Amino acid sequence: MSENETQETIEATSKEVEELAEKIPASSNGATNGKTTKEDWTSDQIVRWCPGCGDYSILTAMQLALPELNTRPEKTVFISGIGCAARFPYYMETYGIHGIHGRAPAIATGLAIARPDLDIWVIGGDGDMLSIGGNHLIHALRRNVKIKILLFNNQIYGLTKGQYSPTSEVGKITKSTPLGSLDEPFNPISIALGAQASFVARTHDMNRAHMQKTFKQAFEHEGGAFVEIYQNCNVFNDGIFDGVLKKDRREEMLIQLEDGKPITFGANGERGVAMTNQGKLEVVDAAGNEDRLLIHEAGRHNPTLAFALSQIARGPFEPTPVGIFRQVRREEYSDGIQKQLDYAQKSKGEGKLEELFNSRSTWEVK
Amino acid sequence: MTDTITNEKAAKAKEAEKTNGTSSKEQKPEELSRLVIRFAGDSGDGMQLTGTQFTSTSAFMGNDLATFPDFPAEIRAPAGTVHGVSAFQVQISDHDITTPGEDPSVLVAMNPAALQSELHRIPKGGTLIVNEDTFDERNLEKAGFTKNPLEDSTLDDFTVFKVPMTSLTKEVCKDKGVKPRDAERSKNFFALGLISWLYSRSIDSTLEWIEKQFAGKEMIINANTAAFKAGHAFGETAEMFDARYDVPSAKLPPGTYTNITGNTALSWGLLAASEKSKLPLFLGSYPITPASDILHELSSKKHFGVKTLQAEDEIAAICAALGASYGGHIGVTTTSGPGVALKAETTGLATSLELPLVIVDVQRGGPSTGLPTKTEATDLLLAYFGRHGESPLPIVAPYSPSDCFLIAFEAVRIALKYRTPTILLSDAYLANGSEPWLLPEASDLPDINIEFATDYNHEHEDGRKDFWPYIRDPETLARDWAVPGTHGLMHRIGGLEKEDKSGNISYDPHNHEAMTHIRADKIEGIAKDIPGIWVNTAEGDIGGTQFISNAAKSQEREVSKEKHYNSDHPRLLVLGWGSTWGAISSAVRKVRREGVAIDYAHLTHLCPFPADLGEILSRYDEIIIPEVNMGQLAFLIRAKYLINVRSISKVQAQPYVASELKQIFMDAVAGKLPDDEIINVNPNLSNRSFS
Repeated sequence: MSENETQETIEATSKEVEELAEKIPASSNGATNGKTTKEDWTSDQIVRWCPGCGDYSILTAMQLALPELNTRPEKTVFISGIGCAARFPYYMETYGIHGIHGRAPAIATGLAIARPDLDIWVIGGDGDMLSIGGNHLIHALRRNVKIKILLFNNQIYGLTKGQYSPTSEVGKITKSTPLGSLDEPFNPISIALGAQASFVARTHDMNRAHMQKTFKQAFEHEGGAFVEIYQNCNVFNDGIFDGVLKKDRREEMLIQLEDGKPITFGANGERGVAMTNQGKLEVVDAAGNEDRLLIHEAGRHNPTLAFALSQIARGPFEPTPVGIFRQVRREEYSDGIQKQLDYAQKSKGEGKLEELFNSRSTWEVK
Repeated sequence: MTDTITNEKAAKAKEAEKTNGTSSKEQKPEELSRLVIRFAGDSGDGMQLTGTQFTSTSAFMGNDLATFPDFPAEIRAPAGTVHGVSAFQVQISDHDITTPGEDPSVLVAMNPAALQSELHRIPKGGTLIVNEDTFDERNLEKAGFTKNPLEDSTLDDFTVFKVPMTSLTKEVCKDKGVKPRDAERSKNFFALGLISWLYSRSIDSTLEWIEKQFAGKEMIINANTAAFKAGHAFGETAEMFDARYDVPSAKLPPGTYTNITGNTALSWGLLAASEKSKLPLFLGSYPITPASDILHELSSKKHFGVKTLQAEDEIAAICAALGASYGGHIGVTTTSGPGVALKAETTGLATSLELPLVIVDVQRGGPSTGLPTKTEATDLLLAYFGRHGESPLPIVAPYSPSDCFLIAFEAVRIALKYRTPTILLSDAYLANGSEPWLLPEASDLPDINIEFATDYNHEHEDGRKDFWPYIRDPETLARDWAVPGTHGLMHRIGGLEKEDKSGNISYDPHNHEAMTHIRADKIEGIAKDIPGIWVNTAEGDIGGTQFISNAAKSQEREVSKEKHYNSDHPRLLVLGWGSTWGAISSAVRKVRREGVAIDYAHLTHLCPFPADLGEILSRYDEIIIPEVNMGQLAFLIRAKYLINVRSISKVQAQPYVASELKQIFMDAVAGKLPDDEIINVNPNLSNRSFS
């Protein structure tokens, strides 16, 4: 979002919020309004994830990304559910709620509707967002509420000590599935696309720069955003993404999605993604297939190709796309609500209690 | 007496309709002091509409009134069956009344099923007005009649008027351009016209209402108007009704009135609280009977700045409300019992976060889906204890439809001031029932002053300033509340136990114990901030509060507490809560009219109880608690005050009627109540005793 657009957005915030803002005078002390640094976004709490956890690099990426964005700590809220990832808000020097299991998108929806002036991030793991909170996730996405949802996917329940999760591969042996799990895993990107999310991206904990860039893109997207982050749980599911994320595997296994370009990957772009005449996507050698290579367009309103891309890898052992799968413009939810409020006030006049009390048929008793 | 309508009479009615309903016969109506009338028909017959319009007209004519819609959960159960019978009862009166009455003197039955299901409510000598056209073999069979009750001795004890409403309606609609099938649907207006004539109701208000209600649908307006006028004219000309009746205006305190249901009053109370606190209102709700009308009402009030979200489920609804509260709005969620169960975890989170939140439970019959459209007051203990951990919260309950306004306002006040989730217990009877409401002056409503934290409240040893979210007001124990957007006061809150003051995560055993006590003390302390118990005595009110006072309606005087208890006061107290007020008040008056003095106290604040409740209870030898449950308040009173009380129970998903309570009170005074733990008003059910 350009500075001008940001200004417009600020001006467009509801009268209600302005009235509320009058009740919130700026403090006389505290950080200045100048540019922030990583330290300004770092709380005084000791970070308590297991040493070596992928969450550390995500936290750092966020604390580095935010100073680059057009926002302020007091305007920013992190809302989480329950799980290892859900501790995230405690470590951010912003407003934050560590909520209850699965409900972060619902809590954030209420806050986003009430306060469209805020920048709200939702943090959760694969169990939190796709199991107990799956319903809230899909509805927040379909409504296009202005919240930025980061799903830390480590394909395991960490905080409860290692049960299989809704993204675990079939046959996962855990304490609750000693003979292997039977459930087909969810593909979070496919779910988000199916829920009509207007921004869907994937990044991973081994590439801080890519995470920073993805967070920035999600932030600057005008509606709701969904970002899946492959995250290593080095205690209960160590190396689950090694097939695509190990340093020597990344070049040949990660498909970097770049808007407007043919989808190629590999050290020299020697492989690519093409569509068969049956409409199925397949990985092909780029050489000789130049004409067939799929041109990536995140802005396609029809999500069919984005969905096909999300399905190209059956798991983190086949070439896996990262970057933005889909980014389209749709009316943001709180904008829609505000428009209806404005319309009602314009057509009926500002609500007054006296008029309300007398709005039904009345009679006088003398 | 039965009367049969001849074709000749029907023709007369048609003739009268043509002359625009002008009177062809002078007849002075006989005055009645009160009238209880019950409209009953198939779910699709429009009985709720008919009853509501009869009520509006009566309200407009200055009667005091109370209504009781009683309908099935099925939207359209198989037509003609007793399962599909929808009824609407209204009592209108020339004096102040508190209930929709019992023993209706008139039943309007639109089909055999309605007669079958409702006849037992009508005392012998009552009047039955039936739609004769529907009493054919098929409908009789569906209603479970083996013989036509209009033709045998079944109805000998009643005054029966058989009126071919369907065919007369079709007849008058012939030239109105509507198809006969559609014309038939106006038959409820025929019934309304007939009843309006019989009880001298003004016809203009209904005609105006038809115009407004069906604006843009000319054919429907024409058909309904024709049917209504024909019904009215039929009454005048058919010579079947010996007398007509008039219920003169009631002597209510002067002022402007409107007829209001509990759900509407509750919605307006929330809007008023929003205006008086200068905080925007946010409603997160999931559709559920009988609470949905609050969502509908507030969704139509967007010009007040209220934001409503129809959430994906009950949990999302309360979570969104909590999120909005965090942002400085008044977060409200509305539901019924099943929804309260689903919201329990988030309610606990709100208790831990210490954020304001109003949870409205419009109670209905349970457990599980239970009786979704019927009333019950069985969620008191759920409200008290329905969360894990020690998680007390304030509970308030309105006593009448219009009281929902003030109680909603009060729930918001408590929630905001004490930063706590607050449960408001309404019920289906209050939600759908209506009564005249003396409009308040908006300027008379008190302001709710809420101040957000705007500056640091803690200084570290090194001089660094900070905002600690769990530093409290020493008086109320409410924590400092900084909303997002406030410069410098960034902080995190969560469901994990927090260190006192700093709000940091803490597993310290003594801290947890201290925090548990602080949360409990905060809620208990609200007792200092609510009115004392209201007691109604034969001489007048003690401690009449803004929330409950007979004075508002009957202008009863106040009496001194000291004087009352220092004199030879009654030894028996009836204690009630919620919607039982109407039936208890009425029964208490009946008892007093027989020369027996008993006192009556009613609670609008259930948690904490008024500070003086224990002391007041100690003044009596016997305390009777009638509830529409199996003794939930009685359980709490026994536990808290270590006194025995007599628990009166009715669990028929129907409100009490005054006569059954009067009998209980008379028995109690005579020392004839059984010595059981729960005394049931239903004599066919054996009382329960655990001794």
